[in-house]
Parts: sequence; structure tokens; C-alpha cells
Amino acid sequence: MAEDNIMLKLTGVGKKFDDVAVLKDVNFTLEKGQIMGLVGENGAGKSTLMRIIFGMNVIAETGGYDGEVFFDGNKAAFTSPQDALKAGIGMVHQEFSLIPGFTTTENILLNMEKTKPNVISKVFGKTLETLDMPKMRERAAHAFQTLGVNLSTDELVSEMPVGHKQFIEIAREIDREHVKMLVLDEPTAVLTESEAEILLAAMRKIAEMGISIIFISHRLAEITSVCDKIVVLRDGVVVVENSTAGVSVHQIADWMVGRESSADAVAAKRHEEKGPSGSDFVFEVKNLWVDMPGETVRDVSFKVRRGEIFGIGGLAGHGKLGVPNGIMGLSPAGGIVSFDGKEVSLNSPISALNGGLAFVSEDRRGVGLLLDEPIDWNICFNAMQVQGKFLKKVLGVVPIRDEKAMSACARQYIEELSIKCTGEKQLVKQLSGGNQQKICLAKAFALSPSFLIVAEPTRGIDVGAKQLVLEALRRYNRENGTTILMISSELEELRQTCDRIAIICEGKIAGVRAPETNAVDFGLLMSGEIRDDVEETA
Amino acid sequence: MNKRMRYILVNSAVPLLFILISAVAIPISNFSGMYLLSEIITRLTRNSFMVLSLLLPVMAGMGINFGLILGAMAGQIGLIFVTEWGILGAGGLTVAAIVGTPIAILFGWFAGNVLNRAKGREMITSMIFGLFMSGIYQFFLLYLCGSIIPFSRPNLILSRGYGVRNAIDLEVMGGFDNLLKVWVNGIAFPVGTFIIIGVLCVFTWWFRKTKLGQNMRAVGLDLDVSGSSGIPVEKTRMQAVIISTVLSCYGQIIYLQNVGSLNTYNGADQAALFAAAALLVGGATVSRATVVNGIVGTALFHLNFIVMPVAGKNLTGQAMLGEYFRMFVSYGIVTTALILHAWSRKKNTDSARAERK
Ligand SMILES: Nc1ncnc2c1ncn2[C@@H]1O[C@H](COP(=O)(O)OP(=O)(O)OP(=O)(O)O)[C@@H](O)[C@H]1O
Ligand SMILES: [Mg+2]
Repeated sequence: MAEDNIMLKLTGVGKKFDDVAVLKDVNFTLEKGQIMGLVGENGAGKSTLMRIIFGMNVIAETGGYDGEVFFDGNKAAFTSPQDALKAGIGMVHQEFSLIPGFTTTENILLNMEKTKPNVISKVFGKTLETLDMPKMRERAAHAFQTLGVNLSTDELVSEMPVGHKQFIEIAREIDREHVKMLVLDEPTAVLTESEAEILLAAMRKIAEMGISIIFISHRLAEITSVCDKIVVLRDGVVVVENSTAGVSVHQIADWMVGRESSADAVAAKRHEEKGPSGSDFVFEVKNLWVDMPGETVRDVSFKVRRGEIFGIGGLAGHGKLGVPNGIMGLSPAGGIVSFDGKEVSLNSPISALNGGLAFVSEDRRGVGLLLDEPIDWNICFNAMQVQGKFLKKVLGVVPIRDEKAMSACARQYIEELSIKCTGEKQLVKQLSGGNQQKICLAKAFALSPSFLIVAEPTRGIDVGAKQLVLEALRRYNRENGTTILMISSELEELRQTCDRIAIICEGKIAGVRAPETNAVDFGLLMSGEIRDDVEETA
Repeated sequence: MNKRMRYILVNSAVPLLFILISAVAIPISNFSGMYLLSEIITRLTRNSFMVLSLLLPVMAGMGINFGLILGAMAGQIGLIFVTEWGILGAGGLTVAAIVGTPIAILFGWFAGNVLNRAKGREMITSMIFGLFMSGIYQFFLLYLCGSIIPFSRPNLILSRGYGVRNAIDLEVMGGFDNLLKVWVNGIAFPVGTFIIIGVLCVFTWWFRKTKLGQNMRAVGLDLDVSGSSGIPVEKTRMQAVIISTVLSCYGQIIYLQNVGSLNTYNGADQAALFAAAALLVGGATVSRATVVNGIVGTALFHLNFIVMPVAGKNLTGQAMLGEYFRMFVSYGIVTTALILHAWSRKKNTDSARAERK
């Protein structure tokens, strides 16, 4: 292999956080214009590795790293992301880094604005040059064109659906003049299938321009379809570095877990036994409309039986995510929602919570993880605040926190959901993205709600752990009689888990079906080819 | 769209409330429209420059009530010196501004340093820092002037031989106002001063479109994202404070040339408080303020300030209560503006949270 064709080379890279080694002797190379898929279970060390390459401050603050990184022929020891940017690395993080109050153009050209000189700037310097908005819009439009998306250059980012924001971030990275390598940490997690396809196509185009890409994803089919090579991390060690030619999704899953048995975890397995669903309807939604950017709900009515798992599916952008966000008061909404015979007032998150609804949001950052607090505290906090759990009385009167009960509860969930951590006292901000998502679920379970709404419960969760999460939902439903409303973009997941599934199309319910219904039928409902006129309640 | 409507309503709740209050109070006060108009013009002449100097730090996310006090002090020092030197008219005011500018830059630099260490707690920090600096200001004027720094004019110096007097008549009074005074229907329009204010409006509007202005907006909206995109966050904030301090120095000079007398030791604090209140009354928030907010706010705030005490007196029938009423009402307005402001900010964060998707 000619050395000058190599963009990135890692030799013996290792990283410890407080004596816990999360990366050990990582070696791989990436050629120019190549797309490398980086896969591994939640907490395998993917994001950490990318943070090292990008020179992020957390790495230096926690004691630096071992080994060496070579970028474009030079030894790279970036001490800040700015150095990495200057050298030509663009990174899209697992979390967004956009300014919501800025337009798409302003975000894409943030600190790379095109300017025109004027009389004053000639005297006082370049920072007083005026922005050349037309030229900036042109640049933004050009970046969109490269990506193959059709987005407005003047829209406020705060008013965009989450999938579009992801494109803005990527557009910003490819607009840089000397970009040589892109790092994309789970860019497709928030995208719909069709959006993801656009992104994959764009990645190919970018790679053809000679830019190398590191692509992290838990959707293994994306890895096999777009990547030239694959690197599998297991517990911080590179277990496979291979070309993707002829590699199957199952093969990758096995490499990730290190066992053969994972094949059946990937294969869909539907629960046969019915849940404890009763005959009365405990939750009713009537003529709900929700004004959520990109997920508008026009007119949705459905009823959920006590004790069942009711699924809502549909293509992204058709409003399935609008339903829970409207019910929980997070987006402006109208219509009638009633729970257990009492009406839930809309547009008020507090009254939804007090009404006994628990919600796990699809936006894991938006709603309530206390990042600077330990795991047990995060899991138990709401249950303690709302229901007075985990409190014990001193001398029979003064209630204090029952640390022991909290620890025990947290340990139980760490076990059940296989949350990768050093113990229940670890701070949540130190967990990997997927494990933070699991904490969100555990937190809702700890409330033992009688009604639970979960949106995209497996987003960002690795193939193996997906089953764990879905099983946990089913177990909760069966053991505690919890009624669950589950929203997911993955039809298979809904069919495995739910008792009935409603499909939303263009902001309205197209039909409600049993999970056994064949996939073709569901497909027709999603695309709007079939639409039941009468509301199905039977 | 109804979301848009609600957004506009929530954002202009504060000015609307004050318009409502004035609509009730004006008839009770029995003031004539002509009188109120001429009063408002006076107040706009006096105060709007000061209020507008707050726009940049708000844009840079450093809240309200900034280096203002410091700038005002610098302006006052400049005026004391031109009075001592006996320079008159617009020329005197220009010299005062020239003297005040380096002092304001120095003060602003101090303030910027302190505030960069107190990110997120700018408002309270700047208030306390203002108190601290006014201690230094008083020390300078009370003990150094007339002793170490020689003063020749006895009417500036306390009878004990050193220290500046508490109240000073400014000979430069009306320096800008009289430049181009136009009378229309018995109301005087100080066109000279208005031109200066207009220049500041244009400057602010233009500045927002510059690279530096864009950096300030970015820094104000999100420190972390701006920092990681390579914007020099601390330097940008520093520049915003310094520019604002210098502008408020000019603002205080304009204010005092209209009033005509300087309240040496406690003029600056009040100037800052009223400027902040006026901006809030105009519907600005801690994070978003425009030229229009500033001008509308100044007019509304002072309209209430004039009308309310008299309306109160007429209602109760007791003249004695007038002065109490004025204090009560003026601070009441400030408090109401702050409370309403906190309310609309909460509304905004609520809807921002809902929009985070
Ligand atoms: N700041 C930190 N302090 C201590 N431990 C940390 C810190 N950051 C990450 N870790 C640990 O390092 C391990 C690897 O985390 P990383 O975020 O790299 O995982 P990941 O492969 O990106 O997982 P995911 O697929 O869930 O995003 C995890 O066990 C995590 O708890
Ligand atoms: Mg990660």
C-alpha cells in the first residue's frame, strides 16, 4: 500500500478514564476517498475514539491518550477541535451543535461567513466587513445540492424537524474549504429511512471527491451498503478490520458481540402470548391535531385498551412523533385526550405528568437527564419527586433519601437493560449515547406508571441490546399490567412488541391492524394506498 | 399561523400593558396632548442614546444593565473637566466625549474581564461591579480632584478646598440641542441631537450585519457552539462591553447637556436603571433587543413616568402624595417591567423547549 494514499492511521491508541481502559491498542488505517464503517455495541468506545481524533477537550482533561494518530501524512496531536478543523477534519457529533436562533445559512457558514469590505472595515479591520448574505445563501444552497436535499436557506433551525437539522450539520462540514476527512457519529439515528438513503448517496458523492469518511451507525444494513471497509470495536479492542465485500449484517452482529448466538437476536421473534389486555378502553384520543415542525398531526383518533401495547407507526414526517409530543404538551395541540375517564389538558406538560402519563422522548437530550448526576439518582429522581418513593423515615417522622433502596433499584435496571457502566454511582454524562438512552427508559419504569408512552425506544441502541429493551417493555406490560403506547419508525419492532398497530399517513390514522398482518399491507397503509374510512375500534 | 400570533403577543405583552396603563391614566391626569408630546420629545432627546447603547451587550448575550454605569461615570468625568476648562457649546461636549472615551474604554476593559469570569451570571455581577466602581469614582472625585489634580474654578470644588461639589451647573447645557433647533407649533425639536441619535441607530443596524456583529449574536445565543466553531468568545464579549461602555459615556453626555446640571455622585446609577427599564418596557428581552424596542420603550416609559404621579394625585385629591406617588410609580414601573420580562422569558423558554425537536 502506498503510504501517500493513506488519510488516517492509528497505531496503538489507548484511552483510560480513571483507570478504566475503554480503548486498548487500537490500530487501523483509512485511505483517501474511502468510507469506513465503525461499529460496536453501546459503550464499545466508538465516540471516545472519534473524540481523540478530533482533539476534543474532554480527552485532555481526563488524562490524554496513548499511542499515535497520523493524519494526511503528519503526526496529529490536536489539542483542540480548531486544530483538527484547520487540518481538514470535519465532525458531526452524536449531539447537535447548531444555534437554534440562526437560519440554516447562518449555521452552515457559522464563523466562515462570506463578507464584503466597506469604508469602515478598510480602516478598522476585517471583522467589520459586512456579511454578504446573497453569497452565503449561494454557498448553503450549493452544499444542499451536494447532499441532494431540498432545504430552504432562510429557515430558522429551531423550526426544523430533527432530520433536517442533521443535514444542516453535515452541510456545514462539507462546506469547509479544505475538508479532507469527515467523521459522522450516528448521523442516521435521527433520520427516516428515505432521508438516510439520501445521506448515504451523498456520502458516496463526497467520497468520490476524495474525502475520507468515518461512519458510525447501529443500522448495520447501512454499513454494508455504503462502506468500503469496516472496523469492529468490541470492549475497546479492534476485533475485525476488513473490507465490506461479501460481509453480511449477521456476520457483523456476531463480530460485535463476539458470540454466534446473536443471530437469533437479530432475527425478529414475535411474542406469542397475549398481554393482559382487558376489554375497556383506558386511553382515548379524539380529533387530535398537533403543530410540531415536520411532524404535523391533522386529525387523529384512537382508543387504547387497558393493559395492551398499542403501537403507532408510519413514515417519518407523517406525524407519528407529533402524537406523543402533542399529548405530553411539548408541542401546541388541540382535540380531546382522556385517560381513565378524565380529560388530560393539552399544551401543559405538567398536567400531563400529574395526570399519570409517563413519557420517554425520542429526543434523549431534550427531556430531562441530569447529566452531572449519578445513574441511580437519575433513575430514581422522578419517582421520588412525584410519588415519594425511595424515602425512609428517620425516627418515624423526617423523610430522608433511602440511598440503599435507590442503589438497589438502579442496579436492577443496570442488569436488566445491560447498561454499560462502572457502577450505579457513575455520572450519566460519562455514559455512551446508547446507554444514556437506556437510562431514560429505566427512569420511566421506576415510576411504575399505569400508562407509559415511549417514542423510538431503540434509537441509538445496538442490535444486541434492542431485544433487551423490547423485552423489558413487554415484561413491564405483562408483570405490572402497564398500558403502553409505543411509537417507532421500525415496523418490525412494532410487530414484535405490540398487540395492535396504528399506521399514520399524512397526519391521519390510515388503519389499525393486528401485528400478524403481513408486511405488504402495512406498507400500503403507510404509503396511503389503503385508508380505512371507518375508525376501527373492535 | 396561530403559533406565530401567540409568539408576537407574548413578545409584545410588556409594551401592550404599558400602552393600556397610559390609555387609562392620560385622561385622569388632564394633561393636554401637546404638553405630553413636547415632554416625550424632551425625554427621547435625553434618554434614547443611553438606552440604545444597551443593544450590543444584549445581542452578545450579556443581559441588561451593563457597563452602563461605568460609561455614565466616564461621561460625567469628561463633563466636569470641560466645565473646569470653560469650553462651551457643542465643542465643549465634543471635548468631554474625547476625554471620556479613553476612560470608558478602560472601564469597559475592566468590566469585560470580570464578566468573562462570570458567564451566565452577568446581570448580578455587573450590578455589584458597578457598585464597586462607583466607590472608586467617588474616591477619585472626592479626594483626588482639587488636591492632586488642580482645579481653578471655586464653584466646582467643595468649600473645604478639595473634592468636587455634589451639584454642578453645566455651562455646556444645550450644546447639541441648540445646534439645529426647529420650532413646530410651539414644540421645540432639537434636530442636532436627533441626528446624533439617528447616527447611532444606523450604526447599530449596520453593525448587526458585520462579521463582528454576527459573532456577537452567535456568542449571545450559544457560547459552546460558537466557541467550538472557532469564534473567540471572550474577545467578542469584551468588545461588546467596551463598545457599549463608550456609547453609554456619550449617552450620559447627551442626557446631561439636555438636563443642564450634574448630580455628581448619584446620577450614574439612576441613568443605568432607567435605561434598562425603558428597554424592557419596549418589549426587549435579556437576549433580544432592537432599535425599535429602545425607542418605543423610552417613549412609553417616560410617558408613564410623567402621567402616573399626576393621575394618582388627581385620583386621591392630595397634592402631598404626588412626590411619594412618583417614586412609588417609577420604581413600580421598573419592577413590573422586570416581572413581566421574567414572565415572557419563561413563556419563551417553554415554547423553545417544546420546539427543541
Ligand atoms: N468522560 C468519561 N468519563 C468516564 N467514562 C467515560 C467518559 N466518556 C465515555 N466513557 C466511557 O467510555 C466507554 C465508551 O463510550 P463511548 O461513548 O465511546 O461509546 P460508544 O461506542 O460511542 O457507544 P454508543 O453506541 O452508545 O454511542 C463507555 O463505557 C463510557 O461509559
Ligand atoms: Mg457514541
